[in-house]
Amino acid sequence: MAAGHFRIRPQSQTRGYKLDVLVSLFGASTLELLSFEPPGWGANLLRGLAASIQIACGAFGLGLLIGIGGAYGKLYGGPVVRDLLETYTTVVRAVPELVLILILYFAGTDLINQLMTALGYPPVDINGLIAGIGVLAVVQGAYSTEVLRGAILAIPQGQIEAARAYGMPPGLLLRRITLPAMLPFAIPGLANLWLIATKDTALLAVVGFSELTQTTRQAAGATKAYFTFFMAAGVLYLSLTLFSEVIIKRVERWSRRGMPSVSGPH
Amino acid sequence: MSEALAIPLRRRVMGWLQPHRIVLILIALAIVMAAAIFMRWDWLPQYMPLALQGIWRTIWLLVVTSALGLAIALPLGLVQVTGPIWLAVPAKAFCTIIRGTPLLLQLWLLYYGLGSLFPQFPWIRESFLWPYLRQAWPYGVMALTISYAGYEGEVMRGAFAGVPRGQLEAARAFGMSRWKVFRRIWLPQAIHRALPTLAGETVLQLKATPLVATITMVDIYSVASRVRQETFITYEPLLLLALVYMAITGVLVFLFRKLEARIPSRLG
Amino acid sequence: MKTFFKTAAAAALIALAGVASASAQQTKVGFSPEAYPPFYSQDASGAWGGWEVEIVNAICAEAKLDCVLTPIPWDGLIPGLNSKKIDAIMNSMSITADRMKEIDFSDKYYNTPTGVAGAKDQTFDASPAGLKGKIIGVQVSTVHAAYAKKHFTEAAEIKEYQTQDEANQDLAAGRIDATQADSIALDAFLKSDQGKGCCDMKGIVAPDDEVLGPGVGAGVRKDDAELKGKINAAIKAIRDNGKYAEITKKYFDFDVYGEAAQSN
Repeated sequence: MAAGHFRIRPQSQTRGYKLDVLVSLFGASTLELLSFEPPGWGANLLRGLAASIQIACGAFGLGLLIGIGGAYGKLYGGPVVRDLLETYTTVVRAVPELVLILILYFAGTDLINQLMTALGYPPVDINGLIAGIGVLAVVQGAYSTEVLRGAILAIPQGQIEAARAYGMPPGLLLRRITLPAMLPFAIPGLANLWLIATKDTALLAVVGFSELTQTTRQAAGATKAYFTFFMAAGVLYLSLTLFSEVIIKRVERWSRRGMPSVSGPH
Repeated sequence: MSEALAIPLRRRVMGWLQPHRIVLILIALAIVMAAAIFMRWDWLPQYMPLALQGIWRTIWLLVVTSALGLAIALPLGLVQVTGPIWLAVPAKAFCTIIRGTPLLLQLWLLYYGLGSLFPQFPWIRESFLWPYLRQAWPYGVMALTISYAGYEGEVMRGAFAGVPRGQLEAARAFGMSRWKVFRRIWLPQAIHRALPTLAGETVLQLKATPLVATITMVDIYSVASRVRQETFITYEPLLLLALVYMAITGVLVFLFRKLEARIPSRLG
Repeated sequence: MKTFFKTAAAAALIALAGVASASAQQTKVGFSPEAYPPFYSQDASGAWGGWEVEIVNAICAEAKLDCVLTPIPWDGLIPGLNSKKIDAIMNSMSITADRMKEIDFSDKYYNTPTGVAGAKDQTFDASPAGLKGKIIGVQVSTVHAAYAKKHFTEAAEIKEYQTQDEANQDLAAGRIDATQADSIALDAFLKSDQGKGCCDMKGIVAPDDEVLGPGVGAGVRKDDAELKGKINAAIKAIRDNGKYAEITKKYFDFDVYGEAAQSN
């Protein structure tokens, strides 16, 4: 038995204990698993990252649409619309995303198919990507409703009144005045939401969607190099965040063009 | 006296109970009634003790990790504002890394990642820590604590930096020691500034607790999962679970409002 | 808001229906995307293979079904089947009376005993007495979890994992003393680099047909007698024409169909 053991790992015996540990932590043997060519799992991880970004983009965009509708409804809608929207944002902000994802993932597709049948359409096949985007968009929509509502409220009232006085129709008012004027107030909140969206995609691993966290878990399970793969995925997520932050800074500067500097004159 | 109080209260209730709200409430009640009658709840009595235990675990986890996290967040925020660079940079990096990666991944890295290294360190199994390292909860507590510390550390940095400089200078001019300035002026004002976000962060922390179910910890979420798996009922346990979380959130928000009301708002 | 969103979603879905309807004829076979060698395993390119994947393909080819493997987490398979996310489950799911209340099963396509693996440095057997005071890991909502809860609850502490792979991982890490699972799947783990070093098979558990059931079958919806008939015919056909034996030979040196094959 001991001889067999010795024969399997002759190198580590000579290299000594500490080096052996380092090798097993980050060493060549497990780092090879990250290469892009099989037997490396790197390509798989990148595919997972691409899926994560795709879901995050979709969910953020769709959430933004829900948010614009929601903010308008909350500010200018009738009492019933306002109360329903309040219920929506309160519920979503109080229930864990994981629970919402499970409910929407199972019930959502079920309900839509029942709805389609009721409307006289054949049941549709909702693929994982669309379900994932839809589920996260419902969550994102609640938060962006609040962000956009706050941003619209922060617009100096005079600007909107002036536009109204000029007889601007509501559609034009939204496009020319409200949206551009609220942007600087909305961007910090929306940027935060984007970062949340990228991280919330990880929760879809629990419903088996192969985004980055799920592919990482599969790779780790297949190779038993749990530590290496989770670290690698962490680096990928972190790069995505840091890269996003650079872009966000640029967008922020762009949206504030023509506005007085926040810090004021020195 | 009581009459004088009764009128505004009645008016407030009337103002809230507008006609359309009565209709909405009736509709909501009808939905709840329909859910109670047409959905399956026969599993409830059997799982009640387990569910109560799960709720208790969830609240325990929330309180312990928020308290520990806040304790770490204070120095994290402070050193970023005033600390030497060899403390400020690691603190900043810590916050960036924690906030830049999903909690689920951090949790799995801690539990399965570290777990996969244990066989290579035989001495760990002989150490006095082994009985704890064997269990799941230390990893859950650790992951949630550092996550809370990362987010709240960033908030505290802003809060410490936001206290007007003049106040600190004035306090120094009065001859207060640096420690006294910190204890009497800086810290209370920073906490007061951070308090509104504290409520939000704690609700977010509550919403993060069910993730620990993925590393075999038994919280209320995992009890609901167990009901789903054992009875094959999909929606009912999840709906009840959502209701439980909403109730806990409601209590949290209420407590934080009370706390905020107790602290005088005219500071600074 | 909710109705608004649903209508919007329905509208979006109608737009996508053109894409989706192309897959209307496909039979979606649900499986949980996790390593479960030798039945299901993934290679580095992300493709799934293993004994059961090959059997699924053989059954589908025999029954002339256009099958697509659809990943769904283990505990979502039965709800997914009933909400028509998938049309069949072929994921080493044992036929049990409890599951039969929710879904229907085809005939079995394999049946192997249930074993207990444990740490090498401990000696015990797979009985309640042997497992006294131990921590046993099982995968949630499996026959093994049901069996452990029925027979070992009083003697041992039971820990439930989302996947068997994670239970194996914790066994190797020393966090649990034993894991109860399909003996073939355990054998694959014990032969792996990780399993070789830490653990060995402690024995086969005492039979309990009520919990463990007559074997593994394909799960189908209760009202889907057509698919059930096709799968049953295909299982019989590949048993008879040697395809089953041919696939099995690649992975095992014995017949995993189970001894009952000779008697009935």
